[in-house]
Amino acid sequence: MARPMIDARGVHKRFAAVEVLRGVSLAVDQGEVVAVIGPSGSGKSTFLRCLNHLETISRGSIDIEGETLVATTADGVCRYAPDADIRRICRRMGMVFQHFNLFPHLTVLQNVIEAPITVKGLRRDEIVPRAEELLRKVGLLDRQASHPSRLSGGQKQRVAIARALAMEPDIMLFDEPTSALDPELTGEVLRTIRELAEEHMTMLVVTHEMAFAREVASRVVFMDGGEILEARPARELFAAPEHPRTRAFLENML
Amino acid sequence: MDYLVRIIGPLLEGTGVTLQVFLISFVLSVPLGLALALVRVSRFAFASSLVNGYIWLMRGTPLMLQMLFIYFALPFVPLIGVRLPDFPAAIVAFVLNYAAYFAEIFRAGIQSIDRGQYEGARVLGLSYAQTMRRIILPQVFKRILPPLSNETITLVKDTSLIYVLAMNDLLRAARGIVQRDFTTMPFVVAAAFYLLMTLVLTLAFQYLERKHAVYDG
Ligand SMILES: Nc1ncnc2c1ncn2[C@@H]1O[C@H](COP(=O)(O)OP(=O)(O)OP(=O)(O)O)[C@@H](O)[C@H]1O
Ligand SMILES: [Mg+2]
Repeated sequence: MARPMIDARGVHKRFAAVEVLRGVSLAVDQGEVVAVIGPSGSGKSTFLRCLNHLETISRGSIDIEGETLVATTADGVCRYAPDADIRRICRRMGMVFQHFNLFPHLTVLQNVIEAPITVKGLRRDEIVPRAEELLRKVGLLDRQASHPSRLSGGQKQRVAIARALAMEPDIMLFDEPTSALDPELTGEVLRTIRELAEEHMTMLVVTHEMAFAREVASRVVFMDGGEILEARPARELFAAPEHPRTRAFLENML
Repeated sequence: MDYLVRIIGPLLEGTGVTLQVFLISFVLSVPLGLALALVRVSRFAFASSLVNGYIWLMRGTPLMLQMLFIYFALPFVPLIGVRLPDFPAAIVAFVLNYAAYFAEIFRAGIQSIDRGQYEGARVLGLSYAQTMRRIILPQVFKRILPPLSNETITLVKDTSLIYVLAMNDLLRAARGIVQRDFTTMPFVVAAAFYLLMTLVLTLAFQYLERKHAVYDG
């Protein structure tokens, strides 16, 4: 068995006095699409943000593609990799946010090519064809010269996805990519994510879209109170939730 | 009319001094202000609080006092003890003082940028310096144009303070003629010159604002 793309073990995270993650363990294999569901405040976003070092954990360990981002020794000392390694490891993960976080002063195309040029040192003529291909893929090639403020929410999110893909990540993290969108715009974004799934991109998707989780995810993780209560193949979990709180949550959602 | 032609010479000379002091002070104090602001918002708490104290000092005492201090008192300060001629002394005072004001403008601008911009840049692999240079500061620059314009126009008018160092700027030149000839005409001309200078600046800033209006936010 190949090593997992993401391997988080016993991750704890506290904000001041509040323990937000209480020993979260999850391994994600190459090509898996894992949906993370759970009530508001259960720690879904925080867990995702710990994986790419937007938050630092207080205990536990995280390996990305076999490389240690952070580890905790037997006597409880939590130690991160050196800064340069952290940056290198985290670059393998792309992230898409609920509120897009596009750069408003740049055009759509500039948003997509900014990091490849600034971070990877690519020349414009090396990255522009690839950026255009990505924009075509998300259906926004004709808007490449627009600024984000001229786009709809669904279009913004598709640009954000193209922007993340331009860095050629091995893993994509999505934090409620459709929650800020009008209901009629969620479909176009979910379609883009589904296409990525078909190309076997490894993905971790925090979502409130149960239909999407059921159809696209290979596995669904239910989080509550900073813990993973259930992590099972999508069909199984939706058909017969084991944990009473999963059952209650799903009944509420449907 | 004849009289106007006669006084215009010295007034233009005075305008030259005013413009020099303004331009040099502006060109030096804006980058210094930006540097101070970057230290102020950095994670280096000690350096940040030093800058904070500096800004408090510069904004909390009169510019004229600072100028007099640099010109008259600095030579007697142990260790530093340099005697500056009037022109450099004026420049140093303006740069030190205005950098503090510009720093506050930049700081407010930087802090007005949404945290999501930093995170968006970070997950793409940009370093803090790259994030500042490529993502944050270009947006800050657009946002601070109005207060920057204000402060710049104030600087033009504040240059008249150099009369305390007996330098012949526009206002002092005008006052000299008024006292000599017992007419208020030179004041009117001086006012017109100041208005012209600030008009040019206003138009320049308006141009910049329009140029940056291609995007919202
Ligand atoms: N920066 C922070 N400082 C303090 N507390 C925080 C911070 N970020 C999150 N929390 C707290 O951590 C808990 C988990 O938050 P998190 O955002 O991970 O939940 P979530 O499952 O993503 O919820 P939602 O579905 O509403 O997005 C919440 O109680 C929240 O208030
Ligand atoms: Mg969340």
